Amino acid sequence: MKAYETVLGLEVHVELATKTKIFCSCTTQFGGEQNTHCCPVCTGMPGTLPVLNKQVVEYAIAAGLALDCTITQKCRFDRKNYFYPDLPKAYQISQLYFPICRDGGIEIETESGKKTVGIHEIHMEEDAGKLVHDPWGDCTLVDYNRCGVPLIEIVSEPDMRSAEEVIAYLEKLKLILQYLGVSDCKMQEGSLRADINLSVREVGATELGTRTEMKNMNSFKAIARAIEGERKRQIELIEYGKKVIQETRRWDDNKDNSFAMRSKEDAQDYRYFPEPDLPPIEISDEWLEEVKKKQPELRDEKMLRYEKEFDIPAYDAAIITGVKQLAALFEETVALCGKPKEVSNWLMVETMRLLKEQEMEAENISFTPMQLAKLIKLIDEGKINRTVAKEVFEQVFKENVEPEEYVEKHGLGMVNDDGLLRSTIERILSENPQSIADYKSGKTKAMGFLVGQTMKEMKGKADPGKINQMLNELLRTF
Amino acid sequence: MKNITTLSALELGKLIKNKEVTVVEAVKAQLEVIRKRDASYHCYLTVMEQEALARAKEVQKQIDAGELDFSPLAGVPMAVKDNMCTKGTNTTCASKILYNFTPPYDATVIEKLNKAGAVIIGKTNMDEFAMGSTTETSHFGETKNPWNTAHVPGGSSGGSASAVAAEEAFYALGSDTGGSIRQPASYCGVTGIKPTYGTVSRYGLIAYASSLDQIGPIGRNISDCAAVLEVISGYDPKDSTSIDKDSYSYTEALVDDVKGMRIGIPKDYLGAGLDAEIRKSILNAAEVFRSKGAIVEEFDLTAVNYAVPAYYVIACAEASSNLSRFDGVKYGYRTENYEGLQQVYKNSRSEGFGAEVKRRMMIGAFVLSSGYYDAFYNKALKVRAIINEGFQKAFEKYDIILGPTAPQTAPGLGESLADPLKMYLSDIYTVSVNLAGLPAVSLPCGLDQKGLPIGLQLIGKHFGEKDIIRAAYSFEQAGSYIRPTLIVSEEGGIA
Repeated sequence: MKAYETVLGLEVHVELATKTKIFCSCTTQFGGEQNTHCCPVCTGMPGTLPVLNKQVVEYAIAAGLALDCTITQKCRFDRKNYFYPDLPKAYQISQLYFPICRDGGIEIETESGKKTVGIHEIHMEEDAGKLVHDPWGDCTLVDYNRCGVPLIEIVSEPDMRSAEEVIAYLEKLKLILQYLGVSDCKMQEGSLRADINLSVREVGATELGTRTEMKNMNSFKAIARAIEGERKRQIELIEYGKKVIQETRRWDDNKDNSFAMRSKEDAQDYRYFPEPDLPPIEISDEWLEEVKKKQPELRDEKMLRYEKEFDIPAYDAAIITGVKQLAALFEETVALCGKPKEVSNWLMVETMRLLKEQEMEAENISFTPMQLAKLIKLIDEGKINRTVAKEVFEQVFKENVEPEEYVEKHGLGMVNDDGLLRSTIERILSENPQSIADYKSGKTKAMGFLVGQTMKEMKGKADPGKINQMLNELLRTF
Repeated sequence: MKNITTLSALELGKLIKNKEVTVVEAVKAQLEVIRKRDASYHCYLTVMEQEALARAKEVQKQIDAGELDFSPLAGVPMAVKDNMCTKGTNTTCASKILYNFTPPYDATVIEKLNKAGAVIIGKTNMDEFAMGSTTETSHFGETKNPWNTAHVPGGSSGGSASAVAAEEAFYALGSDTGGSIRQPASYCGVTGIKPTYGTVSRYGLIAYASSLDQIGPIGRNISDCAAVLEVISGYDPKDSTSIDKDSYSYTEALVDDVKGMRIGIPKDYLGAGLDAEIRKSILNAAEVFRSKGAIVEEFDLTAVNYAVPAYYVIACAEASSNLSRFDGVKYGYRTENYEGLQQVYKNSRSEGFGAEVKRRMMIGAFVLSSGYYDAFYNKALKVRAIINEGFQKAFEKYDIILGPTAPQTAPGLGESLADPLKMYLSDIYTVSVNLAGLPAVSLPCGLDQKGLPIGLQLIGKHFGEKDIIRAAYSFEQAGSYIRPTLIVSEEGGIA
C-alpha cells in the first residue's frame, strides 16, 4: 500500500450566547416546550421582516478579532434558498458574498509540534427549527423554537492532517469562544457542531483529492472515530482503483460507520442573492475599537500571567486555564483570600480527584469562590487541620455546604485545650510503658505509634505539631 | 343621510368632527353603497361589515372623548389592499394558496390607521401577489373599471383604485412595486402616491419584491392622499429598510403655488409607444404648470429605456424567494393529493399559484441560478444603479419630473393576459421610479375619446413628496374632479 496523507478542513457552527434571537426578540433559551419560543418573525409569517440583533454582530467581531481575522467593515446578509419544513421562510438568512470576518488563523500544538490552522471566513446566520418524528401518529412535527437562534459558521482552511490536529483545533477554538463569552460551546446541546471535510492523497502529491463532508458527530471522540473511519474508507476506494465521490455523509457513531446523504450531482442550487430586507452592515472604526476594548483576556495570555503573577507552575496554569469556569474560580478565590498556591493546590488535587470520582466536568462545579476561601482561612487560622479540611472540602464540593457551619455542626474544630491534650498524652504514656522503653532505647518508630494513639483519642481534631511537641516534653519526665 | 359617500375623506372627517355625521352613519352609508355596487365592480374580497360597525362605535366614543382631535381622518371608512396583514381578518393576496390565511398580527400601517381612528371597511381585490397590471390575475375574479365595466381597473391595486373611484371607500391603501398604485389610479381616474422607498413601513405587507415594494394612499384628490400619507409614514423599528426623517407633515405642502418650480419632461417618456391622446393630455398639463409660473422643459433620460427588463429581473428574483414560504406546510392551501414531503410542496404550489405568479417565480429562480446570476441579476443591479444616477442628475436641474403614468388608458378585460410581454412593457413609465426608490404621484388629467381617464405622473427626488404634492395640488386647482357615472343597482348584493 502507498503512503497516504489526510487533508482536513472544518466547518464549525457555533450558537451564540445572545439572550434573544438574531432577527426578533424571542428568547434563545435551550429546551422549553415546543413552539413556545417563537413569534411571527421567526416562524416566517407572511409580511414579517427581520431586524438584526446588534449583539450578534459584536460577538462575530469579537470571535473574528480573537481568531486574528480581518473584519469586513462593510458586510451584508444574503439569502440561501431551499425548501425544508424546519425552515419556515424557505430561505436562510446567511452571508455568502461578504462574510463578516476573513483570513484568520489559530495556532495549535500537538505532539508533532506547533502549527497555524488558517481560518478562511466566519459568517453570521440563523439556525433552523427541529423536526420531530411522532411514531404514534406516523407524522413529523416541527418545533420552531430554535428557528432564528444566531449562529456563526467558522470555516477553516484545509490545513489539518490528522484527527489529533482536528481535536487540538476544536479544543482551542472552543476555549477561545468560551473565554470571549460568545458561546457556551456545548456539543451535546448542539451549540457547537463541526462538519468535517476530508480528502486523502498520496504523500508528496500537490493536488488535493476529492473530499467528502461528514456531519452528525456530537463529541470529540466521535469526531476522531469519524475521521479514522472516513480516511480508511477513502484509501480503500483508491486502493481498489475506485473513485471517491464528492458527497455529504452522515456519521453514525453507534454503527461506527458513515452513510451517504447526498452527492454533489444532486446538490441544491441555493440561488444566493443579497437579502433585500436588511440594509448592509457598516462597522465603523469606532465600533470596531469599542469591541476591541471589550475583548477579555484569553487563555494564552491568562496562562502566562498566572505563571508570572501568581508564581504557579506552568502545568498548573495550563490545567486551571483549560476551563473558563475553573480559571474564574481560581482568580476569584485568590482575590478573596490571597494564597494563590494554596488555591491552585485545592483545585489541582482535591477538585480534580472529586471531578474524576463523580465523573463530572469542571464546567459544572457548583461551589463558590467564597466557600473555598473560607475553607482556606479555617486552615490558616489553625481552626481545622488538613485532614479535616479535606473532609470538609468534599462536603463543600458535593453538597455546597458552608465550611464554617459544617465544621461547627460536626464538631470538627481543632481542640486547642492544652490541658486535655496533656492529660490524654499522660494517660497514653502510662498505658504503654513498652513504647516508652522502645523510644528510650532509640526506636523512633515508637514515637509515631504514640502520636497516632493520641490523635485517635483526640478524634483527629488536634494539631499534629502540638502533639509532637508535648510528647517530647512529657517523655523526658518518664 | 344621503350622498355623503361622494364626499372626499377630509370633507367627511370634518362633518364627523363637527358632529354633523356620526361614524356609524358614515359606515352604514358606505356599507350600503358597497351592497349596491360591488356586485358590478367587485372591488372587495372581504367586506368587514360586523367589524366595521363595532369599530365605528368605538371610534365615535374616542371622538366624543376628544381623543382623536388631532386626526382629520377619524371615523372615515376606508379600504385596504388584501396583501396587508389584518389581525383576525383573512389576508389572501388574491391567491388560492392563501385563501384561508388569517394573520396573527396587524401590519404597521394598520396599527397607524387604527391610532388615527380609521375604520377599515374591507380588503380589496388585487392581482395575485400583486403580480399583474389589470387585477385579472386574482384567483377570486377580476375587478371592473367604474368608468366602463368592460375595461380593467389596472393593477395590481385595482380593487383599491376601483373602490375609491366607485365611491365604495373614501380612500384606500395600495402597494406599488412597479406602478401598482399609480397605474390603477390612472386607469380609474383617481389619485395615488407611491412614496419614497423607506417612507412607509413594509412590516405586514406580504412581500412581492422587497427592495421595490412601498405602501401608499389612493384617494379622490391629492389632499386626501397627503393626509393619509401623513398617518402611515414614519420610521418603524420593525422594518430595517424604513428611514427616519424629521418631517412627515405632507398636508403642509397643499399649496397652490408652482411659481419658479423647475419641471423636466423626459423626451423618453413621450416617444414611440405612447398613445397620441395621452401625449396631448400630458403636454396640456405641462401648459397648465407653465401658465402657473413653472419652468417646464424637455430633457433626455435615456437610462429609463432599460428599466423594464431590469425591473422584471430584480422583482422576479426577489419574488421567487419571497413566495417560497407558501409551501402547504404551515398555513394556507395544502393539496389533498400527496405522498411524502416533495409532493406536498410540488402539488400545493402547482395547485395554489396562478399562471402569472408561476411565470414570475420561474423567471426569478432562473436569473438567480448558478451560472446565470452575473448575466442577469447582477447586470440588472448595474442597470438599476445607472437609472438611479440618471435621476440624480436630472434632479440637479429639476424639482420634479412630469410624464404620463401609462402609455395607454385602461385596456378591455381579457386583452392583456394573452400577451404578457406587452403587459410588462406597459409598465415602462412607472418601474424606473421603483428601481430608483423615488416618490411619484399619479393624478387624473383628462379623459380620452373612449371616456377613460388619463393619468399624469409627477416624480420627485428622494423624500421630495412635498414637491410633488404641491405640484399636484396646484394642478388640481386648475380643474375639477370628474367622477364616473356609477351603477346603482337596488337589488345588488355584496359579491
